[in-house]
Amino acid sequence: MLKCTSACAGCSDSLALRYVLKAAGPDTVMVVPACCTSVIQGIYPNTAFNVPVYNIAFGAAAACASGMSNAFRAAGKKTNVIAYAGDGGTLDIGIQAMSGAFERGTDFLYICYDNEAYGNTGMQRSGGTPMGAKTTTTPTGKTDAKKDIDMIIAAHDPPYMATACAAYPQDIFKKVQKALTFRGPTFLHILAPCPPGWRYPTEKSVEMGKLAVKTGMWVLYEREYGKVTIGPQSKAAMKKSLPLEDYLSPQGRFKGIDPQVVEILKQRIAKNFKRLTAEEEASA
Amino acid sequence: MKKIATGNKAVAEAVMQAAPTVVAAYPITPQTEIVEQIAEFVTSGRMPAKYIAVESEHSAMAACIGASITGVRTFTATSSHGLLYMHEMTNWAAGARLPIVMANVNRSLGPGWNIWAEHTDALQERDTGWLQVYVSTVQEAYDATLMAFRIAEHHDVLLPVMVNLDGFLLSHIMQPVDTVELGDFIPPIHLPYAIDPKHPAGYGTLTGPDQQFKFRWEIERSMRDSVKVIEETEKDFAKRFGRKYGFTEDYRCEDADVIVIAMGTLGKEAEVAVDLLRNEGIKAGSMRIRWLRPFPKLDLKGKEVVVIDRDYSFGFGGIVAGEIRSKTGISLYSVIAGIGGQEVTYDDIAGFVRTRRIGEEFWFGVNAHV
Repeated sequence: MLKCTSACAGCSDSLALRYVLKAAGPDTVMVVPACCTSVIQGIYPNTAFNVPVYNIAFGAAAACASGMSNAFRAAGKKTNVIAYAGDGGTLDIGIQAMSGAFERGTDFLYICYDNEAYGNTGMQRSGGTPMGAKTTTTPTGKTDAKKDIDMIIAAHDPPYMATACAAYPQDIFKKVQKALTFRGPTFLHILAPCPPGWRYPTEKSVEMGKLAVKTGMWVLYEREYGKVTIGPQSKAAMKKSLPLEDYLSPQGRFKGIDPQVVEILKQRIAKNFKRLTAEEEASA
Repeated sequence: MKKIATGNKAVAEAVMQAAPTVVAAYPITPQTEIVEQIAEFVTSGRMPAKYIAVESEHSAMAACIGASITGVRTFTATSSHGLLYMHEMTNWAAGARLPIVMANVNRSLGPGWNIWAEHTDALQERDTGWLQVYVSTVQEAYDATLMAFRIAEHHDVLLPVMVNLDGFLLSHIMQPVDTVELGDFIPPIHLPYAIDPKHPAGYGTLTGPDQQFKFRWEIERSMRDSVKVIEETEKDFAKRFGRKYGFTEDYRCEDADVIVIAMGTLGKEAEVAVDLLRNEGIKAGSMRIRWLRPFPKLDLKGKEVVVIDRDYSFGFGGIVAGEIRSKTGISLYSVIAGIGGQEVTYDDIAGFVRTRRIGEEFWFGVNAHV
């Protein structure tokens, strides 16, 4: 990734991207549907990426990457194909194409960077928006829960999938490198805190990402051939997590959140911890 | 080699010979036989292609786009709702200047569920930047599919091509087809801007109001240049394999007073009607439009014209009639016939000519003059 992108100040997706591209290396093609990353590239004839980037329609990233991967493999090329989509392009409009590409065993890495709303259109709610968060289409807070896309992907039984967070770039680097060693579809779900969308000061993106992990709102884990391994940061959070309020209160999107919703979020965190711990033990 | 085949099988045979590297397709009646046949060719090893059995037509075209931009030959086939479902991606394919070839088996649009022939599906794609050819026989389906690859991939074109054949009336009808020894008729594909990690570039990045129109004009310029490429390709095809084609197929038009214009199988049926009318002393001729995009130059001076549309644009009229009016400035008799597979015989076509009312529109079956 080159300097001078057109990302917003404090954008954690840019941080994640830099490490994704470092890990993937030069023999890589990115397929990017409509999302913040389409904007970050800059305006024609410039591009901020030092690998080819193929931009495609909103719901089509996985299908396009699937055609590309098949064509490269047919030509005997090992070029990494990375579909890089936001939460809207993954959890909502792109889910069908993605499910199809995983079911067909496409040899590619699908990365969803998740800023929990439609960011580049001005923060509308998506399937990735957590309950209680205000967006421009949920002005009093979202009443539905965040869709657990990782469970949906797990149901496709890919050889490797993992969650990550932009606040832990070295972890992203390792997971991308690892994902690209597998044949077949792999998945990486990166939480990407967004200053204008989540309404916190631009310098606090890393802090916000770390708080998400330390409060348990985001859990770092890997699933390799079905074997679940919870990351050390989340293991620590499971032993002793920070109060959820530490994560919610600095963010404008949770301002005035109903205490009952906070309670539901806490229950969800506890449920997630329990489920993942049980899965880890069962698959050990 | 002479064979008996359906229109669908003939298309599949041509695709096998053109040897695309990637075929991504989703089944839909009445196109299914094409993709089943190709899947069989791939599975049995007769066609060394990757067959991607996608989960939707939107993904079929997206996968063709992803494959095509790496510089390989690609093919897909669809029909009706499938074509409309991929509409976003058909625009993308043309805008991205990818020489994808697609067979579209023309079929009506729901509701109600009607699987029979109609051209409204492909005509809703006419502004996307795809070249469109409509065929009328099994032989022509085969020949046009072969030529489509050469035309699409020509460096003066580099646009996608859609080969249209009527649902059931051609897709499932068996006729003789003479297959050819292709030789070097279709040169190896070379996409000048194929993706190459050694030369990183952004494809389809944000494009401002100061640039977008330039790319749109490039599409139109290539569409205009494609006229010559189509002519050259059809001429070379005739030279090598003996079968001649053109932008239109004209039948007894030279001395005709009245000309019937239609596309697809109806255009062929019109030839029989012309003979019938000639026997009655009516100097009729028929003109079957083959290439709708780029739209042909039509010489209709001094003729009365009857256009049969197996399609409609609500609140406007027959789509082909409208295109002819706007391109030639003539007044004509517009007949809407064959919608949703409605049976139209040569007798019916002769009847349209006999009772023509220039300047009016007639809905066959409803018997409504408008």
